[in-house]
Amino acid sequence: MSKPIVKRSMLSRIIPAIGSLRERGLSGWLVIFGAAIVISIILMTLLAPWISPYDPTTKGVNVGAPLTPPNSKFPFGTNHLGQDMLSRVISGGGVMLQVAFLSVAICLAIGVPLGLFSSYMGGILDRSVCLVMDSIYAFPGLILAIAIAAMLGRGVVNMALSIAVVYVPSYFRVVRSQVLSIKEMPYVEAARSIGAKSRTILFKYILPNVVPSIVVVATVNFADAILTAAGLTFVGLGVEVDIPDWGWDLANGRKLLPSGAWWVITFPGIFIILLALGFTLMGEGLSEILNPKLGE
Amino acid sequence: MQKQLLTVENLTVEYWTRKGKVRAVDDVSFYLGKAETLGVVGESGSGKSTLGLSLIRLVPPPGRIVKGHVWLEGKDILKLREDEIRSIRGRKISFVFQDPMTSLNPVKKIGEHFVELIQTHEPNVSRKEALERAGKLLKDVGIQPERIDDYPHQLSGGMRQRVMIALAIALNPYVVVADEPTTALDVIVQAKILDLLKAVQSIYNTALIFITHDLSIAIERCDKIFVMYAGQMVEHSNVRDMCKNPQHPYTQGLLKSIPNIELAEQKLEAIPGFPPDLLNPPSGCRFWPRCSYAMERCRKAEPQLIETEKDHLVRCFLYGEMV
Repeated sequence: MSKPIVKRSMLSRIIPAIGSLRERGLSGWLVIFGAAIVISIILMTLLAPWISPYDPTTKGVNVGAPLTPPNSKFPFGTNHLGQDMLSRVISGGGVMLQVAFLSVAICLAIGVPLGLFSSYMGGILDRSVCLVMDSIYAFPGLILAIAIAAMLGRGVVNMALSIAVVYVPSYFRVVRSQVLSIKEMPYVEAARSIGAKSRTILFKYILPNVVPSIVVVATVNFADAILTAAGLTFVGLGVEVDIPDWGWDLANGRKLLPSGAWWVITFPGIFIILLALGFTLMGEGLSEILNPKLGE
Repeated sequence: MQKQLLTVENLTVEYWTRKGKVRAVDDVSFYLGKAETLGVVGESGSGKSTLGLSLIRLVPPPGRIVKGHVWLEGKDILKLREDEIRSIRGRKISFVFQDPMTSLNPVKKIGEHFVELIQTHEPNVSRKEALERAGKLLKDVGIQPERIDDYPHQLSGGMRQRVMIALAIALNPYVVVADEPTTALDVIVQAKILDLLKAVQSIYNTALIFITHDLSIAIERCDKIFVMYAGQMVEHSNVRDMCKNPQHPYTQGLLKSIPNIELAEQKLEAIPGFPPDLLNPPSGCRFWPRCSYAMERCRKAEPQLIETEKDHLVRCFLYGEMV
């Protein structure tokens, strides 16, 4: 009975926001533009088996001469194995997107409830969780992710886990600070005065009011996760060699750069930047729209 | 037990801050009959809001109820289990808060507030039925039932306070505690809200505890009044006696500070000084530093409440001492 109510009230705040995006001026266009980039890259990756001209895996070795510069047959050129770079770029975002979505999901599942409970309960529990989170936060993100990924080994799930560990503290901090102010609001006191249980207060009064901030953190986090995932593959902690991946192509292209093959590193790099840019634009725009205090 | 609806005995609430204990409510006792209106008057910081919240055990930390009893239906509210007290909150004693702008959950529609309240206490009531009752309640407080699908930010301050009142009476409670319900509203809306409180009180036959800093409003609307100063009850009587024969110098001062349009040239008198810091209350009577009648013993001994007339209590040495 109670769940759909919360969902509807959350949705009904977000849907008109999207409907009137264009009336929001610059921040509205940021969201539209960012979402367009992200959605087209996701579509491209999903449709890769049908639209890529050659096989991007080891089965596609030597479809052309190694290190062919871009030409009409291979618009992005070929790499040292003679694989078509266009095909590798088209399907190379898959791993990164999977890692990004998975790591954001893990962050949400851990950071949000932790921030919610810790902040609401307060006291020693809150203090100690804060201490742990702050010490993670103090670590340089990429280095921590590399260390954890090196411990866990390769694979999409392990990459996502190591990235999640780095970003859980940002969710925790945002949720915690929001809850700290919301739990003092008169409507929470009013809820208590009508006999509401702590659970009701947490999930029906506090959580729905934190959601806009969570959405913003999550979108910004997507961009960070993509760059971190690229970094992990770059240092060789990503996925197996046979799976096409922008990060891997980047690392590989670096070695080929002295021989003048700029195209191997350029095109995957552009797409990583594009994807990160798309998520960043979305996050920036959303944070201005959902946070009335920043707007105007 | 007594036949009174709500009896408060020796209620004492302290805030245990780092700097020391602050006694915000000091040994307050009173009772409330059915459908009676009791005014609690005091300056800000005199402990009146804390008193209201302690009636349903919602004093915010670091506040603690250190002593006393609150009897409702023969049970001491202060000794109930957490789930028992929860069934009293909102159902038997309900609240109208000071600031209507932030007292409703901004992400929930008006109707959902009623559904939440009603289903918390009556789990068998269907959503549809709860919304029907909400529509009727809204009509009672003068809001079109169609507004049930609005969000709080779509209503004005006065309308939100009407919604709060509708929520407070939704389950037909014995007691409604209105904690400065009109402070955040402009004067015209104030009068309307006060009329509304009176009207719903007579329809639903509830008792009302009206907390205010405005003695004139209390005199106009209440049956009984008690005046609080620095956490203590300094005078308690029915409205007529209080107006005709105010006894405590503080009450006299408050009455003199109310403008009267019938007097052509009336100088309003202010009470000099500030309320005391409750971390270090003055020795003896807490009012003596501001009192024009202060005597030597006021600084040394603390006066007790004495009954000067029937049901007229005052805490002052001017009227003798309790034997």
